[in-house]
Amino acid sequence: MLKRVAATLLSTSLVLGATSATAAETITGAGATFPYPVYSQWADAYQDKTDIGLNYQAIGSGGGIQQITAKTVTFGASDAPMKPDELKKNHLVQWPQIMGGVVPVVHIEGIDKGALKLDGKTLADIYQGKITRWNDDAIARLNPDLDLPDQQITPVYRAEGSGTNFLFTHYLTQVSEDFANNVGEGKSVAWPSGVGAKANAGVASQVGSTNGAIGYVESAYATENNLNVAQLENKAGNFVTANPDSFKAAAANADWENAPGLYLVLTNQPGDNSWPIVGASFILMHTKVQNADAAKRALDFFDWAYKNGGEAASKLNYIPMPQNVADMVRKEIWSQIKGPNGQQVWQQ
Amino acid sequence: MNPVYQRRRRLNRFVMVLCLAAALFGIAWLLMILVSLLIQGLPALSPSVFFERTQMSGGGLGNAILGSLVMTALATVGGSIIGIAAGTWLAEYGGRSHLANTIRFINDVLLSAPSIIVGLYIYAIIVLPMGHFSGWAGAASLMVLIIPVVIRSTEDMLLLVSGTLREAASALGAHRWWVVIRVCYTGAKAGIITGILLGCARISGETAPLLFTALNSNQWVFNLNSEMPNLPMVLYQNMTINSFIPAKVDLAWTGALILTAAVLILNILARFISARKG
Amino acid sequence: MTSTRSVSASQQQDLLGANAREQAALRRNGIIDRIFEKGTLTLALAVLALLGTIMASLIVAGWPALQELGWSFFTGDRWAANIEHFGALPAIYGTLVTSIIAIIIAVPVSLGIAIFLTELCPVSLRRVLGTMVELLAGVPSIIYGMWGVEVLSPFLREHFPTLFPAGTGLTTAGLILAIMIIPFITAITRDVMVTVPAMMRESAYGMGCTTWEVVRNVIFPSVRGGIVGGVILGLGRALGETMAVTFVIGNNLFLSPTLTGQGTSIAALIANQFPEADGLQRSALLLLGLVLFVITFIVLAIARLMLRRIENRAP
Repeated sequence: MLKRVAATLLSTSLVLGATSATAAETITGAGATFPYPVYSQWADAYQDKTDIGLNYQAIGSGGGIQQITAKTVTFGASDAPMKPDELKKNHLVQWPQIMGGVVPVVHIEGIDKGALKLDGKTLADIYQGKITRWNDDAIARLNPDLDLPDQQITPVYRAEGSGTNFLFTHYLTQVSEDFANNVGEGKSVAWPSGVGAKANAGVASQVGSTNGAIGYVESAYATENNLNVAQLENKAGNFVTANPDSFKAAAANADWENAPGLYLVLTNQPGDNSWPIVGASFILMHTKVQNADAAKRALDFFDWAYKNGGEAASKLNYIPMPQNVADMVRKEIWSQIKGPNGQQVWQQ
Repeated sequence: MNPVYQRRRRLNRFVMVLCLAAALFGIAWLLMILVSLLIQGLPALSPSVFFERTQMSGGGLGNAILGSLVMTALATVGGSIIGIAAGTWLAEYGGRSHLANTIRFINDVLLSAPSIIVGLYIYAIIVLPMGHFSGWAGAASLMVLIIPVVIRSTEDMLLLVSGTLREAASALGAHRWWVVIRVCYTGAKAGIITGILLGCARISGETAPLLFTALNSNQWVFNLNSEMPNLPMVLYQNMTINSFIPAKVDLAWTGALILTAAVLILNILARFISARKG
Repeated sequence: MTSTRSVSASQQQDLLGANAREQAALRRNGIIDRIFEKGTLTLALAVLALLGTIMASLIVAGWPALQELGWSFFTGDRWAANIEHFGALPAIYGTLVTSIIAIIIAVPVSLGIAIFLTELCPVSLRRVLGTMVELLAGVPSIIYGMWGVEVLSPFLREHFPTLFPAGTGLTTAGLILAIMIIPFITAITRDVMVTVPAMMRESAYGMGCTTWEVVRNVIFPSVRGGIVGGVILGLGRALGETMAVTFVIGNNLFLSPTLTGQGTSIAALIANQFPEADGLQRSALLLLGLVLFVITFIVLAIARLMLRRIENRAP
């Protein structure tokens, strides 16, 4: 009996092992959760059309950079761009694939959607545990029309390293010196108080279910969860609402053509209507790839996404990359990716 | 009645009511878990869950279930071979020697070592040198977890085979290895299989060691050299990174129901085999 | 040993008048015997090697962090990856606190269930309930985690909003761990209580003892070591639990002043940060893994020593 059990198990695993040899073509990538909703939608649509699958593991931006550096994936994804010298050192190129906004979401019973106004300094103080109640003077001053409850504030943040963290802390360090000194910017920081939730979705659902909570998520997650998004004061001193227009206004400042290594972070941009926390999500690939076919498959997918992904992206509140940037990426970045024989893996 | 008797009886009744309350309390919690599994898991249960791959929009759990089966099967086969051999040595040759006692002790500690440590270990010795996550690494981490279970049950079961049987076989001229394989294994067969099934049940629900070894995949691809889809990780991801999609959370509960059912069936099967022997 | 001796003996004396073919068979069997013994011994030694390599790999991988951070790793109360500052104190604190909360809740309940199962329960129900408890001990921990995040934590948030504003925290994690280890401790306690010879129990009853007096004065004293062992084994399980805890502990990297506040545990911190960690952070996390392994090793060693004593007595 033992022998029979063992034999059956062994033979099934052998059969399954054998089928793996003839596996379908799959693009493997890993990284940010910020663009995860739109990448997944693209992937499903692309697989329906071409039969080429995408296995994208949303392990966080830090994970994306680590995995592509270690060459375990064909592409990595990160919302925190790598500095030009780091790129060079690791033989990587990066390009922006999609843009989106990080929005502060709140859950306060009695406060209407989009009614609450916050500025950067107050947000920084809330996340440092200095402002602990919603009827605090600092918040009341910004919201004279609102009847703020005497409710404890529960800040919710990302438990793991993430690009959303990077964009959010990058913004807060610019607007609050205090925050810069005590917490600082980074993919993974030590938040003084509150609840750590896993991934954008975890933050969204924690905020959604906790009275008095505040969090920050990529805009798509706020929309999908029907959350209360607060207004933010931008660099021009205006309170702006998070919507595709204010994201676009901030993104319009981006001067991709003159950014070395395409290193560009779009927080706290000038402009009357600019949303203060906008960022691009980057794709990272090696310049010298071992498997030219795999690299080509990935680039074909990104090319398809530039051309056909705009609608799905806009529906989720993302900002598709403008045509001229996509053309520049095709011409100047993808041409640097070469196969083992030294030839470009992707031709226009 | 004598007041001493009364006091003793009252105390007894009081404690026994507490015990009954504890039993009800404990069983109520556990029933609640099972009931919420059924309530939240059943609605999304359909045949397509087993035949479709995991996807962002809709999709099932088919690839994850198959991936889990492959890794668990590999780990069980490998772990059983090593575990039975090591258990045999402990029972038949090791005796009460110092070495055997040390191995027994270490094995008992490994039996309940935190599974996340095993994940870190396999990450350090397999994933880092290979340079990427893989089904092999996942299977290896599960194997490390099942070996101690099999060793323990093999040794216990072999020791239950009575010495007179061994002596009788030896007296007929059988060699030691022949006695172990034909006499002892035959006698301990049901017990050893029970142990393997229990170990298999334990590893099929393990999530923590797969986090850094097999990772996950949304494809049907079964290349053991690349990331491997598996049910526990799908549950974990659906409850975290995918949790903004209600359908994904529902699917996670269905997956949890399937996983729990599989583990319970393995456990019941194990009990059935050992009971039939008795 | 004995087998090799018998082979050489038969070769020398040609005892039973064996012909060449039979002698060859004897020799062959002798070789197989030796291979069999050495082979199984090698795989048994693999168990020792396994523990050795687990320790070694964690030490080697964690060494850079230990060298860089020194004692501040164990005493620092801040874990901030962005400034490469790694203090393990909050994680160690969270691990211990959640496990202790779990033990405080689980032990009385488990003992109660075990007494109920062995002494009070009608015999017809005994088997069914006993099996049920054992089955529940096998439910995967991620299921408990999912239940915690979907059922328990909303429940606490709704009914005790001042204590649990977010529903997560050290106490929530402790509660989940308690529910998880109750079947585990109960199963072991029941098993050791059953080993008490029926004669001892019956003579106590015969002298007119009440059930509680039998349990307290006869059964507990004779299996105390086994029960303590089972409890510590449950503690070991709680210390290293990852999935059930990660979901509900709140993942705050600072020392929480209150027991209901958010915190983190070693396993939860590793699960959250390891996938993206690199360099010093990865090394620090592996060192943290070593700390967890050493803690659980000590706890489990104590438990096993205590349980061994009872098991040796069992029939």
